[in-house]
Amino acid sequence: MAGISIELLLASLMVAATPILFAAIGEMVVEKSGVLNLGVEGMMITGAICGFAVAVETGSPALGFAGAALGGAGLSLVFALLTQVLLSNQVATGLALTLFGLGFSALIGQGYVGIKPPPTGSLDFGPLSDIPLIGPVLLRHDLLVYVAIALTAAVWAFLRYTRAGLILRAVGESHDSAHALGYKVVRIRVLAIVFGGAMAGLGGAYVSLVRVPQWTEGMTAGAGWIALALVVFGAWRPWRVLLGAYLFGGITVLQLNLQAAGVRVPVELLSISPYLITILVLVVMSSDRRRVALNAPAALGRVFHASS
Amino acid sequence: MIRLEKRPTPSQAWTVLTPPVAVLATMVAGGLMFAALGKDPFEAIRTIFYDPLFNDQFAAYSRPQLLVKAGPLILIAIGLSLGFRAGVWNIGAEGQYIVGALCGAGVGLAMYPSGSVLVFPAMVMAGALGGWAWAMIPAILKTRFNTNEILVSLLLVYVAEQLLASAALGLLRNPEGGGFPGSRNFQQWPAAANPELITGTGMHWGVVAAFVAVIGAYALLSRHLLGFQIRLTGAAPRAARFAGVNPTRLVVICLGLSGLLAGMAGLFEVTGPAGQISIDFGSGYGFTAIIVAFLGRLHPVGILLAGLLMALTYIGGELAQFMLGVPAAAIQAFQGMLLFFLLAVDVLSNYRLRFGTREVA
Repeated sequence: MAGISIELLLASLMVAATPILFAAIGEMVVEKSGVLNLGVEGMMITGAICGFAVAVETGSPALGFAGAALGGAGLSLVFALLTQVLLSNQVATGLALTLFGLGFSALIGQGYVGIKPPPTGSLDFGPLSDIPLIGPVLLRHDLLVYVAIALTAAVWAFLRYTRAGLILRAVGESHDSAHALGYKVVRIRVLAIVFGGAMAGLGGAYVSLVRVPQWTEGMTAGAGWIALALVVFGAWRPWRVLLGAYLFGGITVLQLNLQAAGVRVPVELLSISPYLITILVLVVMSSDRRRVALNAPAALGRVFHASS
Repeated sequence: MIRLEKRPTPSQAWTVLTPPVAVLATMVAGGLMFAALGKDPFEAIRTIFYDPLFNDQFAAYSRPQLLVKAGPLILIAIGLSLGFRAGVWNIGAEGQYIVGALCGAGVGLAMYPSGSVLVFPAMVMAGALGGWAWAMIPAILKTRFNTNEILVSLLLVYVAEQLLASAALGLLRNPEGGGFPGSRNFQQWPAAANPELITGTGMHWGVVAAFVAVIGAYALLSRHLLGFQIRLTGAAPRAARFAGVNPTRLVVICLGLSGLLAGMAGLFEVTGPAGQISIDFGSGYGFTAIIVAFLGRLHPVGILLAGLLMALTYIGGELAQFMLGVPAAAIQAFQGMLLFFLLAVDVLSNYRLRFGTREVA
């Protein structure tokens, strides 16, 4: 265990957690509106390449992230059109989104293999970042790490304290009642889906622009699926989703460090540990049927068709 | 103003018509994509859909490939379709395919260099069991702990890929391979090889199994109580419960069958067209089979046709890559688009389009 600095570990944990936090918070809002979008992985990888391409072409990481959000949102609009207007099956459409996104991103990304993107700078907190432990762990990151946390807070406040948040939750609990009350179910859901797409896109771009940073095909490697699992783990509550993302980031970083430190555990076992732990966590969370039933949006995954 | 009116029962005509319409729409959209890539769209579409079958120069090579590619796709998709019909979403067939190949190859290699006729059947059994066991993980977690089978089966694909890499580099590596990753080549070991059965057709045991699976699934769905229960659960889960259908049993059977078939597909692939366990053995058949299952309307005969069509896009895609320089990823995007259009057109089989303003009831 020697050679692994706790400070460094905690700092890189935050970086590792950020992409899945973005995607998971976005997906949580989508699911709160009663829509299950299984295309997170596809939107993330599309965001990763859109962000990468825009950042390389313009030389500006900020524009890259904007492009990534647009790319993810654009793909999610396809999902919105299919599931909300053409009333298709959400599971199948989400899968289609992922399959298409993987192919589409590989197609755009051909010219970008082996290129270094413009660096995303860290924020400058001045002397604050020299505080022992707190400084290196918390205050030497790039802007997006903090944006992700701020977004978690914003989503929490939105769902809990605003009227719009209440309506969103109502649509997710019972679309027929919400429709009867005069709320535009389809419009609200489309907005939620687009928000989720933009967030997944940002998360993807964080992988390709900051975390790795370069472009390889399929580089999100299941992060989108883990984000979906985190929403269940977080029981559709923003702060728990954040906790889940940081726990997961911790596991990822720890296993990478253990690999590098040459611990006498098979490398394969370490590489599969994030997936295994995600499955384990899912099992623990879903084994209590009552708790899941209490928290999961009641209309999740159901097709809405205004019959009258 | 256009609005949708739900049909009392899905339209028979549109159920049959949607796949061809979706294919046509994908050709148009794909043509636009190829045009955007700077290729002649008509030539690209012709290279993908026509040349592999009828071009004098390539057809001799391409035609047998059709069955080689369609075999695993159909075999996996048949298994998936049973679950999809019952609302059991196994999307980790790729993992079951890999684990099936690993188990089958492992059992085979343990008997090397035996010449016994039992080697190949034993490998097939081991492959099927491996895929079945891998699918039992989400099945048991689903039935015992109510865990979402979609996420678990998918996450297990990444685990299976790591196992594959580990096996190719360690456990199953060819001891006479000079340190290169990858197992012994099964095609050079007659007792374990899965050769072309009729020269020039591409027919191997996996294709035979796929045809048997199509017939078996057809019989199961139309003539057997279990098939009825599967269809009933998909159409009306509550009614199925009242009719005495055991949902736990159905989840275990559906996931088990799809895992079994995916594992067999993996074994036939590793002993036949692929030849050996290698790091890049996982070729995405497990995911493409999802498209095949939907394109075939979850119906055995439809899946047979859809599998052949999807195989054609693989072969045509390779040809277009070779002839026109169309990137391989374009074909993947093309296949994804096909599923989009299918789902979009599908609205017509469940709903009727109504024009004009809504009258007051």
